[in-house]
Amino acid sequence: MGIGLYIHIPFCLKKCNYCDFISYRINPTLVKAYLTVLDKEMALYSNSLPPEEKQLETIYIGGGTPTCLRANELYEVLKACRYYFTWPPEIEVTVEANPGTVDLEKLTVLRQAGVNRLSLGVQTDSDDLLQVLGRQHTFEHAVEAVYLARQAGFGNINLDLIFGIPGQTITSWRECLVKIVNLSPQHISVYNLQLEEKTPLWEKVKSGQLKTCPEETELAMYEQAIEFLKDNNYLQYEISNFAQTGYQCRHNLRYWRNISYLGLGLSAHSYLPPYRFNNPENINTYFNCLTEGKLPVSQVELISKPVEMQETVFLGLRLRQGLDLTAFFDRFGCRIEDVFTAQLKKFLPLGLLEIVNSNLRLTKNGLPVANFVFREFV
Amino acid sequence: MSEKQEYICNFCIIAHIDHGKSTLADRLLEYTGALSEREMTEQVLDQMDLERERGITIKAKAVRLTYQARDGHAYQLNLIDTPGHVDFAYEVSRSLAACEGALLVIDAVQGIEAQTLANTYLALENNLTIIPVINKIDLPNADPIKVKGEIEEIIGLDAAEAVLVSAKLGTGTEEVLEQIVKKIPPPKGNKGASLKALIFDSHYDSYKGVVVYVRIVDGYLEKGQRIKMMSSQVEHEVAEVGVFRPTMQVGQKLSAGEVGFMAAGIKNIGETRVGDTITTVINPASEPLPGYRKVTPMVYCGLYPTDAGDYADLKNALEKLQLNDASMVFEAETSEALGFGFRCGFLGLLHKEIIQERLEREYKLNLITTAPSVVYRVTTNSGQEYYIENPAKLPPPGKYIKLEEPYVLACILVPQEFIGAVMELCQERRGEFKNMEHLGNKRPMLSYKMPLGEIIYDFFDQLKSRTKGYASLDYELTGYEESNLVKLNILINNEPVDALSYIVHKDKAYFRGRQLVEKLRQLIPRQLFDIPVQASVGNKIIARETIKAKRKDVLAKCYGGDITRKRKLLEKQKEGKKRMKQLGNIEIPQEAFMAVLKIEEK
Repeated sequence: MGIGLYIHIPFCLKKCNYCDFISYRINPTLVKAYLTVLDKEMALYSNSLPPEEKQLETIYIGGGTPTCLRANELYEVLKACRYYFTWPPEIEVTVEANPGTVDLEKLTVLRQAGVNRLSLGVQTDSDDLLQVLGRQHTFEHAVEAVYLARQAGFGNINLDLIFGIPGQTITSWRECLVKIVNLSPQHISVYNLQLEEKTPLWEKVKSGQLKTCPEETELAMYEQAIEFLKDNNYLQYEISNFAQTGYQCRHNLRYWRNISYLGLGLSAHSYLPPYRFNNPENINTYFNCLTEGKLPVSQVELISKPVEMQETVFLGLRLRQGLDLTAFFDRFGCRIEDVFTAQLKKFLPLGLLEIVNSNLRLTKNGLPVANFVFREFV
Repeated sequence: MSEKQEYICNFCIIAHIDHGKSTLADRLLEYTGALSEREMTEQVLDQMDLERERGITIKAKAVRLTYQARDGHAYQLNLIDTPGHVDFAYEVSRSLAACEGALLVIDAVQGIEAQTLANTYLALENNLTIIPVINKIDLPNADPIKVKGEIEEIIGLDAAEAVLVSAKLGTGTEEVLEQIVKKIPPPKGNKGASLKALIFDSHYDSYKGVVVYVRIVDGYLEKGQRIKMMSSQVEHEVAEVGVFRPTMQVGQKLSAGEVGFMAAGIKNIGETRVGDTITTVINPASEPLPGYRKVTPMVYCGLYPTDAGDYADLKNALEKLQLNDASMVFEAETSEALGFGFRCGFLGLLHKEIIQERLEREYKLNLITTAPSVVYRVTTNSGQEYYIENPAKLPPPGKYIKLEEPYVLACILVPQEFIGAVMELCQERRGEFKNMEHLGNKRPMLSYKMPLGEIIYDFFDQLKSRTKGYASLDYELTGYEESNLVKLNILINNEPVDALSYIVHKDKAYFRGRQLVEKLRQLIPRQLFDIPVQASVGNKIIARETIKAKRKDVLAKCYGGDITRKRKLLEKQKEGKKRMKQLGNIEIPQEAFMAVLKIEEK
């Protein structure tokens, strides 16, 4: 069994108002230096990992905005992946892109480099709300990007959406969903806006310039999305993810199934059981480590069996089909009922969890209060 | 170690918090060579380790310094530390009684503040010679002239010779020492008379037993003497005497005028009550020193482990703490809502908070404390009289004929301009005006008769905030009086929660009930279903709020592969839950049980 490879590109045209991930304003010199050390990082892992952990199942290039790099730069990154790792024919290769940073040429180069899935940050159909979010594009750009992607030969496109934006209403959200479905992507991710401390959006809400949506509205938006997308043949397979049959994101499924992935680049996270580890968030530290020829790992955590069980449960429950209890037994050698007795005794009768076909899953009622359930398992 | 009495100076330092009391003390220790600069930190750290190992608090409370004065004589200086809160007013007064003088430290920028005033008054009442010291003169905005003016105007002390120091830089230290030896009168007392030693503090040491801090007033104390405590008549044989320099140093003898410690293999700290007089069994003193009173707890509350499994640990911790603090009492009790716990008695709210914090920090216990209560006196229909420390134990209306609460005489010292504000506050708290007199220059003192129950909540905080911190408070119990009191019950999810009930004056019940349920609505986190919160008196519901169900709690955000962050987030939420008490299906946070304290007047 191979691994999922995540590559972080920490550059953007401009950081969005709600974002608290590590990202720098695009700058050709910095990008060049970054790609050089990224190559070194790949080489280091290539030299140290056993062959089975160099066997790629999926690649996910995320950010930041990977597509704010030049076409040839992205091409080189993927070429390096082929060089340092084993690249099977059935691999899934996703690149995150933002409307306004892609043209036909760049998309064509990506296709040629082996990318077969494009994830576009559309977020919403309303240009006013895009402004609130501090996005660098209009909805028009997003529509254009979808067409260009198809033209370049992408047959697996994801569109990211956000609901709960200050100023957004149930009606406008519904219109947004209609427009998105009309674009016929294979996959749709629906995220609830989270106000992260110290972000510009958070400041504006704190100072009263903007008002968040009431909880009831957000809940209604979420339920509406689930229902509307279901009616349009997008099945919810995870709390925030919807796909046409056969188009679930294989890379992200690895996270939820709690299986191995290797993260490269600034602040990237990895899980090579039994270790979770991550790279530094400070770009200088990251650079210095690699310049000295060392793996830029800043934190390592040994995941004990009990913690692995907890994580397997709360990640697995994010999936609509839930956690395969047989697989749980095979993995840990014990039955979930014996490990999390109290939790099951509490949530099964409350109707928040159910066991269907030997899968433990959230019920429809449990879904909107998933954290309530999850936290009991940690 | 005995020295000529005329070269002994016993003094304390009084100051407002942050005005530099401990820094000045450090300088005095350093200057007199009690500790080198390097030792200072090391010594202190050593003691801290010791403290942890033995589970006791070492209080560097009575340090002996030797000072070679300009007049050519070597003086023995005893620096006695004092706590500074109304809860411990009695302990403070006994510490002051062990001194002849006090350094009054005032910040050259801040000027006189409340605590300064309150403690200065206490010192004046104990006839201490006060030496004003103006500290922090190195600060750019220091204004010693202004502060001198304040000392003369507000306190009425001559500030012409106030010492200007910077404890931080060490300037003026020698001048302070010179004034101490010049101005503070030597202790009176007769070495040849029968022993009279004042206990002003004590701590428990697992090797020595109780270490008693004493000021020898008459006679002397030495190893091997048979002694007795004059209030309890308990006898012991002195195992060792000594002084703090600042570590304990065993010596031969403590004589009249000196300050030091004594150990006599005493196992029960309750036998060495602050304020008591020690004398010898043979040729005892005929009269004890004046001012002794047995300190009794004024405020009671329930202490419960959040996790029922920690009950034994809590018991163990309380027993250990009591070794060091005889003023805290506890006994087992049971609450329908909270299970097994203890009803504990304290000197006041601050005392309660200190104990609670020590239990949580030093013993790593998660606690639920119920709202504090005074001790009520109930007379049942059959004429039986008994006391209740727990409001939940009050019989239903109709089952008793009389309910009485403790009253105090509260004395409040306050600058003229705040008299109106203080009177208003006292009236709000059912106070009955008794008297107003002027203690010398610009020092009005108001006396009110008030229910103690009105004082133990936020009275002190309110008093401070309404007088910009200038008022000081002292009170003494005057006895029990009948009041029109009712028990306010709180129902959560239609179930009465005994630990939340409390006794309140009938006229305030409606208002308090409404405020309390409103507060509880804010404090109890939303759960998966609606929760009614009600207040009732007898069978009548007087207030109701609903905690709306939480309908959305889902982390619909992509954190990529950062599972650790997700887990930490969940763990943090769960950690919050740990501090909550599970009542049926409902999780109630610790703060809810204290909600009654957070109700604001008006």
